[in-house]
Amino acid sequence: MGVDLLHVNISKSCVQSEGVLKVLFFGFGWLFFMRQLFKDYEVRQYVVQVVFSVTFAFSCTMFELIIFEILGVLSSTSRYFHWKLNLYVILLVLIFVVPFYIGYFVVSNIRLLQRQRLLFSCVVWFTFMYFFWKLGDPFPILSPKHGILSIEQLISRVGVIGVTLMALLSGFGAVNCPYTYMSYFLRNVTDSDILALERRLLQTMDMIVSKKKRIAMTRRQMYQRGEEQNKQTGFWGMIKSVTSSPSGSENLFVIQQEVDALEELSRQLFLETVDLQATKERIEYSKTFQGKYFNFLGYFFSIYCVWKIFMATINIVFDRVGKNDPVTRGIEITVNYLGIQFDVKFWSQHISFILVGIIIVTSIRGLLITLTKFFYAISSSKSSNVIVLVLAQIMGMYFVSSVLLMRMSMPLEYRTIVTEVLGELQFNFYHRWFDVIFLVSALSSILFLYLAHKQAPEKHMTL
Amino acid sequence: MASLDRVKVLVLGDSGVGKSSLVHLLCQNQVLGNPSWTVGCSVDVRVHDYREGTPEEKTYYIELWDVGGSVGSASSVKSTRAVFYNSVNGIILVHDLTNKKSSQNLYPWSLEALSKDSSPTGIIVSNGDYDREQFAENSVPLLIIGTKFDQIPENKRNDVLTRTAFISEDFNAEEINLDCTNPRYLAAGSSNAVKLSRFFDKVIEKRYFTRDPSQMQSFTDRRRFNFKSLHND
Repeated sequence: MGVDLLHVNISKSCVQSEGVLKVLFFGFGWLFFMRQLFKDYEVRQYVVQVVFSVTFAFSCTMFELIIFEILGVLSSTSRYFHWKLNLYVILLVLIFVVPFYIGYFVVSNIRLLQRQRLLFSCVVWFTFMYFFWKLGDPFPILSPKHGILSIEQLISRVGVIGVTLMALLSGFGAVNCPYTYMSYFLRNVTDSDILALERRLLQTMDMIVSKKKRIAMTRRQMYQRGEEQNKQTGFWGMIKSVTSSPSGSENLFVIQQEVDALEELSRQLFLETVDLQATKERIEYSKTFQGKYFNFLGYFFSIYCVWKIFMATINIVFDRVGKNDPVTRGIEITVNYLGIQFDVKFWSQHISFILVGIIIVTSIRGLLITLTKFFYAISSSKSSNVIVLVLAQIMGMYFVSSVLLMRMSMPLEYRTIVTEVLGELQFNFYHRWFDVIFLVSALSSILFLYLAHKQAPEKHMTL
Repeated sequence: MASLDRVKVLVLGDSGVGKSSLVHLLCQNQVLGNPSWTVGCSVDVRVHDYREGTPEEKTYYIELWDVGGSVGSASSVKSTRAVFYNSVNGIILVHDLTNKKSSQNLYPWSLEALSKDSSPTGIIVSNGDYDREQFAENSVPLLIIGTKFDQIPENKRNDVLTRTAFISEDFNAEEINLDCTNPRYLAAGSSNAVKLSRFFDKVIEKRYFTRDPSQMQSFTDRRRFNFKSLHND
């Protein structure tokens, strides 16, 4: 009797702590939205902020449950229950709520369809569901024994999209990170280069101004002359006014074209100047202590990046599926080769916790920073709602697939819960798919950065 | 005719408030059909009759430099933008009436433009906060324009107009509220057109005609008295 009461008390406090954490995550998502993403806009549709924060909260809860799994907090039945609940909610949000609202806000922006907003957003949602379902066909992600309406169908598709995104971002990040950190790649930029470019920019602006002055003055004269002459309207009137002043609209057309070309040039010069200024700032930064530290990290990361690309190629070429996670392997190596004896079970738990924790924190932080940059680059006051919701969708799918892939980084005893909850997916397929996309993304990033780097010094030389 | 005197006026404000549409309307008297992102700076020219209708009437070129970007841009973008702030004779600050943040961002915008031009004694506070006093001493004429006026529902208009009145007092400047897609707001003879004309006249005066010290003194004193009394509310 007493044991039962104790049990109930513990589970109540567990549920409470669970609730508190969830509220904390929700609050963090809310603040992030307000302070970072929307700091230049007014939030007029609070539903967007709520949806974003809810997606963030439930995604983070999944990570929290993994940590609980490793640390052994809560009983395993309650953990399983929370997992299932969380999974259902997040799938509901990612597949029903967010796409529907995206469709709704897109339709609201188009004036023609304003009247029947709800109807058209439902149409958009059904189209999304159709393509989402079709996504499962080319991939061998399910065993045939699953029914049509099982949860595995949904998760598998979400997993495909999320894993593709993760691999693209990882591939680009793995290549871009050493490129940005290492000062080896920094081009040499002096102050006089920048000044020369700025002078060219101002000269171009002056030329544009003088041509526009001519256009404005000619227009004004034509307008005044037209008034005095009691201008004849219509086609013949226009011909007459043109023939009477040969330096009229024909000349204007030529000047306007010159102006367009000069404006294009000014835009290019502006962007080049910004680029040079940014490079100069990076050079200055690399001379500081922090800069030197990051430079060192850059060398370290480039080795890591080469290793990852190599491993991905090996995995694909030899069709290898890793069985062991890095923690167990590391412990095995230390025990076998270095002869250090220690309590495997105890250490594997703590090291997995730290490793998984680092992976989680860096991936959340990295994703939020990337999303913020992306948002600033492409949003405007009209499209900010839609873009934020798209970002919430990406974030949710990204986190769900992180959980899927993280299975590989954990020792066997912690993997079982993930396998149990997510059902019998073909996990090996996801890892293979990740490797393929990672390789493609990393190689194309290397090519892209190489071309961009090659092109810049040539431009620099022609100054 | 191309050798008319000129003045340079900056048009500043957040992305998407309608600076390009505004400049197009002011210079071409037409509505801009396809607004797109301004990269860098786009210039347009308006021919203005200084002191129209009086014997001292003279025609000037007013260059409107529409600088794109946001206050939160990277420092490399800001340093490049600073190139355009040289020898500025007037500033038009544009904000979106439907977006409060764009009005708040006018303060950092004006600081960015004015601190480039400030005297070596440095009247600008370094921590980025604005100071009403320094705008009273500021010698560059300012004009505040609020756009998208037509998108504000009737019942909210009074609140918005009160808010913008405070902003223009802070800057010691005139204000105009309009819709860039409707030339009616700047029709000849309307109060907006008069304010605009007066602003351009003031810019030309500051640039070409030596200031009458007694006249300017009383002008600034009057404004300072006005908003000091408001400050006590």
